Amino acid sequence: MRNNLKTFIQDFGWPRIIIFLFLVSLFVLAPFVGVRLDASLSDCLNRFGQYAILVLALVPMIQSGCGLNFGLALGIVAGLLGATVSLQLELRGFWGFFGAIAFATPFSVIFGYFYGKLLNKVKGEEMTIAMYVGFSFVMLMCIMWLVLPFDNPTMVWGYAGKGLRTTITVEGYWLKILNDFLAIRIGRFFVFPTGLLLFVGACAGGIWLFLRTRIGTAMTAVGSNPDFARASGVSADKMRTTSVILSTFLGAIGIIVYQQSFGFIQLYTAPSPMVFPAVAAILIGGASVNKASMINVLVGTFLFQGLLTMTPSVINSILQTDMSEVIRIIVSNGMILYALTRKVKVSK
Amino acid sequence: MGQNGPLLSLKNVSKEFYGNVVLQDVNFDLHEGEILGLVGENGAGKTTLMSILFGMPVIAETGGFKGKIILDGQEMHFASPFDALDAGLGMVHQEFSLIPGFTSTENIVLNRESMRPSILNDAFGKRMSILDRPAMKKRAESAIEKLGVKLDSDMLISEMPVGHKQFTEIAREISREKSRLLILDEPTAVLTESEAEILLDSLRKLAKKGVAIIFISHRLKEVVEVADKIVVLRDGLAVKDVPAAGVTIKDIASWMVGRSVSSDAARHDENKNYGEKILSVEHLWVDMPGETVRDVSFEVRQGEIFGIGGLAGQGKLGIPNGVMGLYAAGGTVHLHDKTIELNSPNAALKAGMAFVSEDRRGVGLLLDESLDWNIAFTAMQVHKQYLKPVLGGLFTLRDEAGMVTLCKEYISLLDIKCTGPRQKAKELSGGNQQKICLAKAFALKPDLLFVSEPTRGIDVGAKKLVLDTLRKYNKEYGTTIVMVSSELEELRAICDRVAIIDEGRIAGILPPTADVAEFGILMAGITDSPSRTKLASAAEEAPNA
Repeated sequence: MRNNLKTFIQDFGWPRIIIFLFLVSLFVLAPFVGVRLDASLSDCLNRFGQYAILVLALVPMIQSGCGLNFGLALGIVAGLLGATVSLQLELRGFWGFFGAIAFATPFSVIFGYFYGKLLNKVKGEEMTIAMYVGFSFVMLMCIMWLVLPFDNPTMVWGYAGKGLRTTITVEGYWLKILNDFLAIRIGRFFVFPTGLLLFVGACAGGIWLFLRTRIGTAMTAVGSNPDFARASGVSADKMRTTSVILSTFLGAIGIIVYQQSFGFIQLYTAPSPMVFPAVAAILIGGASVNKASMINVLVGTFLFQGLLTMTPSVINSILQTDMSEVIRIIVSNGMILYALTRKVKVSK
Repeated sequence: MGQNGPLLSLKNVSKEFYGNVVLQDVNFDLHEGEILGLVGENGAGKTTLMSILFGMPVIAETGGFKGKIILDGQEMHFASPFDALDAGLGMVHQEFSLIPGFTSTENIVLNRESMRPSILNDAFGKRMSILDRPAMKKRAESAIEKLGVKLDSDMLISEMPVGHKQFTEIAREISREKSRLLILDEPTAVLTESEAEILLDSLRKLAKKGVAIIFISHRLKEVVEVADKIVVLRDGLAVKDVPAAGVTIKDIASWMVGRSVSSDAARHDENKNYGEKILSVEHLWVDMPGETVRDVSFEVRQGEIFGIGGLAGQGKLGIPNGVMGLYAAGGTVHLHDKTIELNSPNAALKAGMAFVSEDRRGVGLLLDESLDWNIAFTAMQVHKQYLKPVLGGLFTLRDEAGMVTLCKEYISLLDIKCTGPRQKAKELSGGNQQKICLAKAFALKPDLLFVSEPTRGIDVGAKKLVLDTLRKYNKEYGTTIVMVSSELEELRAICDRVAIIDEGRIAGILPPTADVAEFGILMAGITDSPSRTKLASAAEEAPNA
């Protein structure tokens, strides 16, 4: 029994156990400082669903040895393009939501293809390069959002009649389309977002299956030892590019799912700060720079988002000040730092 | 200083690495002004011996050595190469240890530069002195002169031909005031013949000035030419210690390789039937760093075990790597009369060839994945095996159960010591890892199997098992095997024909029963041996006989 506990702790990892215990203590504390438990739990589930696919998007690239996708902003931009096109065409409901994904697909494939080609040229430095690709591409898109010929009045600046606004509401189009699908309402404060979680589950299941196909296996092998894969007749570069395209595509889906729950499409510099929390979440979940599983994604997203939901409400009530942003930054950047220092665990 | 006593003498020097004896009771003396030629096969213990002599930290880290090193009548205990340098030893390594962006002067006097004081000395001490370039140049030039070669003291290392780099290294060693004993490890390996000639001349000049030299070379011709006495190492034993006068290359070659010559040839009298020609390689070149293949042609028949031997760096490893598409290659390769696309591992694998790489940990294994992955992966990718259709063939997933069954089969077949199919490859010992690599290749059910250095870095018991497995597959399944190995004994024990590669070309193909000296001569690259062509052509006929 003690042995079992030991191996469990070893497998699960101390950082996760500490964060989990901290999260539990926050839930325990919540009622005493006047925070409603059911509302908090509902929030947690909601935010989990909002972010899970963005975190999931990191998995293919980690598996193929491209490291953490700090250039996830590319996928997010592809998703934003899909969402804005969908709004421009006035698609509503499920048509609007899936239309957005459909329009985002070609963008994400094209972006991912060239991004992947670039990363193949900078093997060993992928993460640094990816970060700058993300930053500069977001800046380039800042110009594009102004000049692209969108003219739906809900999207463009009112005074000029052209150029997209910084935030665009999806209300009246596909607001909470997944959250409200088969949602279970208990009491006034608790909503179980069934549709959202089903969609997340479907995506995670899809990737889980994909990693078990021949191509998925090859991808993992490329990440584990590119020379071995090459000697087995697998093109490492092709696999890496495929993984980058997949990651970018999932990023696009992820941001659209996020928008339908959050309610707004955020343009201009908004994609950049979305990346770090996703990276932090998968690392909290126990992934390393070259191995990640679905469990890492789900556990990590839940712990990280749970922490972000609970700390502001509970700690702020105790301290009577707003510490939420500070804590979020410390946790997310601290986690990335922690993971990157343990990077050299690959055996050669 | 004992004028007549030896400058250096080794007394019963022994060394073992983790219970593996690599040197045993090595004794020899070296006098002032004497050149000692040290020869031996790869792995005979030359490098270890030099490391001991030079106080390399690797020796102390692995438990030190037994025996005595006596320099000028005093027993020496070098804790580090610096002590050895202080005692007057100089070493020129196989790889250049020069700074490419510095001139030869700067390299020669590196860290021993001539200084002159500057005003900063008063405030910050001697470290702030200024380099005295004219003095440095003078010292460098006197060292170059002592060596007796033409070398521009202001030329950058990066712009020099290899020969001059080698001279710079030697000049650096003899520029030390106390340099009395110089160790040269394969100094001529990178030189052209005329450059080597110049180097040998300057070694003779140095010896005349009283410097003792230990000269390690694979080129036996040079050893015979330059050495005053010759020490032959074989399997860690100094088997010969003779004056060089009157010794022929053939003598040395047979001392180097010769073991019990009769015992291993025994199994070859069984009559083996060979089928059709299965593989033909014509004018193959391979650009593999350190193992360049220049122009190689050979044929292998169905059911044969074809051996490829030769010294390190001559290109024998390049052949399987080139045919299997891992390094850029050209020429033509036919398997079953079908042309194989080069530079494409996938094409080579699909055609029915498999490869067990010499780089076990780098290319051969997925160290972080489980054994069943390691064994089944290539078969899955190349032949689409170990996949099962899902949802009526909509897509296919890994057949985990099938992979485990396959893995278990090979675990029992090859007697792989592990906790089960789910264990990670990195947790196994070298010999068992090698068996996994073999299992991976066997799982492809290849028509032709390339095996590269199958016994490198594994213990004796595992060696035997690996070789027996190869022999068994050849016999029972008729798998044709091309085996590349540095160990001649191994090739002679298992192969039906052995080709020796020298400088990227086939120096000759011999039957395994041929005299060891013949192999030695081919390896040493003596191109004008009269009997060679005759023997090679005789071997070509051998499989038909």
